[in-house]
Amino acid sequence: MKKVLEGSKAIAEAVKLCRPQVISAYPITPQTHIVEALSRMVAEGQLKAEFINVESEFSAASVILGACAAGSRAYSTTTSQGLLLMVEVLFNLAGMRLPVVLTCTNRSVSAPINIWNDHQDVMTIRDAGLILLFAEDNQEAYDLHFVAYKVGESKEVSLPVVVNMDGFILTHAYEPIEILTQEQVDEFLPPFQPLKKLDPENPATFGMLADPGWYLETRISMQKAMENSKSVLKQVIGEFRQKFGRLAGDLLETYRMEQAKTAFVAMGSMVGTLKDMVDEERDKGNPVGLVKVRSFRPFPEEELREVLGSAEKILVLEKAFSLGLGGILYHELRSALYGLPLSPQISGYVLGLGGRDIPKKSLSKILEDFNKTTPALNFVDAKENILKEHLYV
Amino acid sequence: MFDKEMTEKNSVAPGHNACSGCGLVLAARLVLNAAGKDIIVTTATGCLEVTTTNYPHSAWRVPWIHSLFENSSAVASGIEAALKAQGKADKIKVISQGGDGATADIGMMCLSGMFERGHDILYVCYDNEAYMNTGIQRSSLTPFDASTSTTPFGKYSFGNPTNKKDMPAIAAAHHIPYIATASVAYPQDIEKKVKKALQIKGPKYLQLHAPCPLGWGFKTAYSIKIAKLAVQTGLYPLFEMENGVITSRKKLARVLPVEAYLKEQTRFKHLFVSEDGKKELERIQAMANENIKKFGLA
Repeated sequence: MKKVLEGSKAIAEAVKLCRPQVISAYPITPQTHIVEALSRMVAEGQLKAEFINVESEFSAASVILGACAAGSRAYSTTTSQGLLLMVEVLFNLAGMRLPVVLTCTNRSVSAPINIWNDHQDVMTIRDAGLILLFAEDNQEAYDLHFVAYKVGESKEVSLPVVVNMDGFILTHAYEPIEILTQEQVDEFLPPFQPLKKLDPENPATFGMLADPGWYLETRISMQKAMENSKSVLKQVIGEFRQKFGRLAGDLLETYRMEQAKTAFVAMGSMVGTLKDMVDEERDKGNPVGLVKVRSFRPFPEEELREVLGSAEKILVLEKAFSLGLGGILYHELRSALYGLPLSPQISGYVLGLGGRDIPKKSLSKILEDFNKTTPALNFVDAKENILKEHLYV
Repeated sequence: MFDKEMTEKNSVAPGHNACSGCGLVLAARLVLNAAGKDIIVTTATGCLEVTTTNYPHSAWRVPWIHSLFENSSAVASGIEAALKAQGKADKIKVISQGGDGATADIGMMCLSGMFERGHDILYVCYDNEAYMNTGIQRSSLTPFDASTSTTPFGKYSFGNPTNKKDMPAIAAAHHIPYIATASVAYPQDIEKKVKKALQIKGPKYLQLHAPCPLGWGFKTAYSIKIAKLAVQTGLYPLFEMENGVITSRKKLARVLPVEAYLKEQTRFKHLFVSEDGKKELERIQAMANENIKKFGLA
């Protein structure tokens, strides 16, 4: 059944169907509509869950940590500064292998303060041990929440999962969403069966001190869990597609990559615009294709080598970069493709920061100017006059 | 002395690697033994966590979790919420523990949240009056004039320049139903207060004075003696506050001068070597007198 829903409302509906027992969050723009919708569902008895309004994102993450350790399915959502305030707990959730799910409604980080979309927030936790999935549109964001719980909670993985969706662009957009029924979700997503939980009948100790004789192996086991999560993601997304007919691809989604000489690589909502552009280029007879990275962690290295192996030109478009280095996806992709026999030419573009619009004509220009640009770090639509007249450098 | 059967019943098992004479681990054992087995315990980073959970050995015979330094109370909040959702909240009690730094400094925000939201949790602050695990740096519960590694006595310093933060009063400002102070020198009192607290629904705050031989500078055999002197001088008043009203206090049969407590500890020894030190002692005596008056201890 299709329903026209605001992105945030769709996420709240998806979370409700996942039957979380504990939800904890702190309000931050542009995440607020999700928590408002969930608290309303609890208030009206549509969702049987403990909704804990906390004094900070730090406590929100800590509350779901405690709830998950006690054996309950738990959920939170945040963005930007809120995600940064959670960071210490997020590393802890991953290290303790507690499979909570968070929605990150991606937003830039301060300073300067800016409430609009980019991916700088979630990139700060790329080394923390959480699975990071990116949605292109609200349907995908909706669908990925069911996948997130199922993958995170599988015993080969047991890691927290973050579903990323672009703040405002998706969270506040109304789109028709193909919704699932409770029966469908219950069949797809069984109740949470923790490997271990806090239980007086069987006392266990969580969060112990690991000295130099033990610590390394705990990190290796997390890396193995991340590696396992690749096949689990493929299997779970495959099962989802088979049951509900959605989610093309798995860790990656390819779009018109047949005989593509030029390939875009991107994540999040700009993929939609890029798809339109690829269609136009194909109509003109240009062999252009697109690779959407759905799973940024685990990073699909081999999969990228496979789908990009015969491309001559690769354009990486991203809404974040590492200051002092350059595009993050760009550098990771370059390293993944190192040593390919065809050695494609790869250029990195940073765009859409702090919510700057990404018009199709800017994307066309990137394609036109490909041979003129420097390979590593290009800022799209940067305003020279602001740089010269308002800023130090 | 060594009763095998009793030892096996302890919720904190022997074999941890706390220092001999550690008031903290003794206090934790007394608290948890009083609480029984149907509990889930959270603990902040600090001596209590480090000395009891060196993987693969755990001293805890009850379900126990350590997450971070500052979130013991928030993790406990999540556990309590999960127990409610699972329909087990009446059967299983949640106890959240932290040291003085984890409680009054870095964990203050989370603790205030736990109080304000009304979670059914007993929070226990083990007060050994400084950051002992990192090497005796001052916390906001370090007493006035104590020499610590970050408030050392020196030519221009008498040690810690501030008074202890009044945590029970801060807890009281949240209008929680039960607040108490206790001391490791009075085990029956601890047992009584823990049992009473666990009968009361809502957030409870227990602040427990736990001497640290290493950090305070006294012989390991004297932990109980030192703890007792803190109470007997009026420097650590023991009381209970229920719904905003003080309902009990430990009366002092004979009030001792503060010197009796201070002179036993290296952290205060600089107060006894100069004329200026005498003035400091007078200030500390005035604080004890104020406590005695305020709580009606004499």
